[in-house]
Amino acid sequence: MATLTVPVTEQKKTYEQEALITGAEAIAVACKLANVDVVTAYPIRPYDTVMQYMSQLIADGEMDCEFIVADGEHSQFEIVKHASVCGARVFSGSSGVGWMYAMEALTVSPALRVPIVALVGNRALDDPGAFGVEHNDALAVRDLGWNLVWVDSGQEALDTALIAYRFAEDPRIFVPLAISCDGAFLTHSQALVNIPTPEQVKKFLPRYNRGNLLLHPDNVISVAPQCNEDWVMEIRRQNYEVTERACDVLKEVYADFERVFGRKYGNPFFEEYMTEDAEIVLFGMGTLSTPVEVTIRKLRAQGKKVGFVRLRWFRPFAGAEIAKALERFRGIGVIDRDVSFGSPDLSGVVATELRSAMYTHAKTRPPVLDFLCGLGGREVTVADVEKIADITFQAANGKPQPLTQWIGLRG
Amino acid sequence: MGQLFAVELIYRGVFQKTLAKNISRAIVLAAHEEGKWGISFGRYSDSPERNGIPAKSFAIVATDEETLQLGMAHYEPEQVDVTVVLDDTLCRGIESWAWNGVQAVNRATKPGGTLIVTSTQTVDELLKLVHRRDQPYKLGIVKGIASSSGMWVYKNDHTDVRVLGAIAKAAPELVSQKSVENYITSHLKDALKVTSARTAYERFNAVDVKPGQGNPEELRHYQLPKWEQMDSGLAIKGQPQGGPYADPATNKLGGYRPARNERFQKYTTRTERPVVNFQTCTKCTLCWLNCPDGSFDVTPDGTYDANLEACCGCGICEAICPVKNCITMINEVHFTDNSSQWLAFKKDKCTYLEWLQATIAEPAKERTHGFRYRGQYQEQVPQALEIAQKS
Repeated sequence: MATLTVPVTEQKKTYEQEALITGAEAIAVACKLANVDVVTAYPIRPYDTVMQYMSQLIADGEMDCEFIVADGEHSQFEIVKHASVCGARVFSGSSGVGWMYAMEALTVSPALRVPIVALVGNRALDDPGAFGVEHNDALAVRDLGWNLVWVDSGQEALDTALIAYRFAEDPRIFVPLAISCDGAFLTHSQALVNIPTPEQVKKFLPRYNRGNLLLHPDNVISVAPQCNEDWVMEIRRQNYEVTERACDVLKEVYADFERVFGRKYGNPFFEEYMTEDAEIVLFGMGTLSTPVEVTIRKLRAQGKKVGFVRLRWFRPFAGAEIAKALERFRGIGVIDRDVSFGSPDLSGVVATELRSAMYTHAKTRPPVLDFLCGLGGREVTVADVEKIADITFQAANGKPQPLTQWIGLRG
Repeated sequence: MGQLFAVELIYRGVFQKTLAKNISRAIVLAAHEEGKWGISFGRYSDSPERNGIPAKSFAIVATDEETLQLGMAHYEPEQVDVTVVLDDTLCRGIESWAWNGVQAVNRATKPGGTLIVTSTQTVDELLKLVHRRDQPYKLGIVKGIASSSGMWVYKNDHTDVRVLGAIAKAAPELVSQKSVENYITSHLKDALKVTSARTAYERFNAVDVKPGQGNPEELRHYQLPKWEQMDSGLAIKGQPQGGPYADPATNKLGGYRPARNERFQKYTTRTERPVVNFQTCTKCTLCWLNCPDGSFDVTPDGTYDANLEACCGCGICEAICPVKNCITMINEVHFTDNSSQWLAFKKDKCTYLEWLQATIAEPAKERTHGFRYRGQYQEQVPQALEIAQKS
């Protein structure tokens, strides 16, 4: 389950200190522990909390890195791309339209095999200008070779940032990765987080080694050529190979994380909450886990057996495993904090992806309903979740329901 | 299920942002000293970087993690055990970014909960500002001027720990004074601050406010439109043109009053307001031209009347006015409504001018925020400490 602090198995000293920090600040702390070499920054809410905190850590002498405030998001990601090719461990990030402004730099990175780790403080895309969370910003790179993970607590943000470096910098992977933190609910809420010791981190995270991909006078290579049709398809196939391996590598990394830090995340790809005896489940990403879990406890007190599956890794999307975990329920209610305009059944991205995985892998086909909810920073309320569960129960009981519905909308 | 608590801090950006954050963090960390769990956050939709803007910070505390999650299921708590107002000029009501209307500071205070205000005023004076409501609550004062403590250039005047002491007195089940002192010792490492917190704890006394007691002003309420009622393409209709309005004495139309957005009343940003001498006004137009919010109405007389629902209280008109004492910025706590000064002047010139002379004399002229000259805040720190010691 999503807890505020993930249960710690018995170990003598599992963390160095406890701190009251935001999710974005937790990622800054992870970057400090990972001894990141080059950080590029450009302010945009809600991502900017991480750059503020990191510059404070540098000013306080706690952290040492090249901290470059770029002239815009595109430069931010170009700089870390180049630094990464030169062997530097890098960090960057953005939000909403800032992330979109970097788009060209984001698209070129995966093929160059640079393990950039970025924070996306999820924010609605303009217009209208708005600060609140929506997942369409990070999801815009879902088809480009980036790995994408969503977290729901400060502790998970810190741990996942360490996992991200280990995973992205694995020579079998070497592609960029974005950690998504919901704007406001996670980026700007301070909770108590256990900070691991530098020794533990050292044990878990080896030095970044690009091997013969290192751009260096001692290793003369030329990177990023222009190609004609004789080459592009093979290059795409190389990146595709990364996605074939990604799930297995992630499992290894999580197992190692548990061994070193003693914190158990179980299945790396998704987290189950009260699913054991559940008749229907809800499915979604990010901090909506809080109102969903509170509602599930409320519904269970009324005898309604509802569970929740929170998707962590959207890329790689562990389709077979997810379908296998979900096929046993009578109904699935997906909560999408995004829109995919014009998609099949006019659903959100997560529901469309899940239906695709279920079609291929699931032995049974429970109804997969989609609920567009919590867009633009609107709260996903307990009342919303009760309504979603109720509609999903009706579909499970054979009463057909619209495949996509708007919840929490004035209208 | 365990116990759940919430505290909200209402403050003015940008000068009090750090103070509010420090206090809400301290509440969580002090409660954690006694084994409780908590989160602390500033309300995300606020824009506390803007000078004078009302904003909120929250601390949610619970006896266990599962109960805390219950509190986190709502972003902004519907009800709070304690509301802290860090600037008494906020007591007239608050409107933050795109909130569609002014709200009372005691709106979220639980029935029987406590409203704590940092102020040099009395409870009776504050109740002229704080809106009445149907449920009883308690009101207590931490003596002091609106503090900018914690802001990097300003001196620390102990407002943070004094408020903590008051909270421990108001809601001991949320956090005990012992935990507050343990927190100060372990995190702030300042023995003098422990003394300040303890003194504030001992002196803090909240009085009962009965249902219906307080400012009788009715706050306007707005209904947000449904999606199909909204104009598409993000097009927002412009305001209709304004026009002349009537002179109350002759009933003749004259002057010009622009039409304004009635949903966005900017006055809650204001800590002081311009007071105009219509007799010495030379009609030079400078205030009207330079007001960044277009808040001056041209009166049928050709003078300029600051419309106090539109005025943010920036003071540019006072600075630009070439006539001595024609426009004077006055601390907002001396006013309970936004009525037109020009109408008062037209109604009874002698009474208005007498009132004006009395009002623009010290100490009403003293500002709560923003300063008349460089170094004024440094001068106020000893004064603030003196108030704290005497209170």
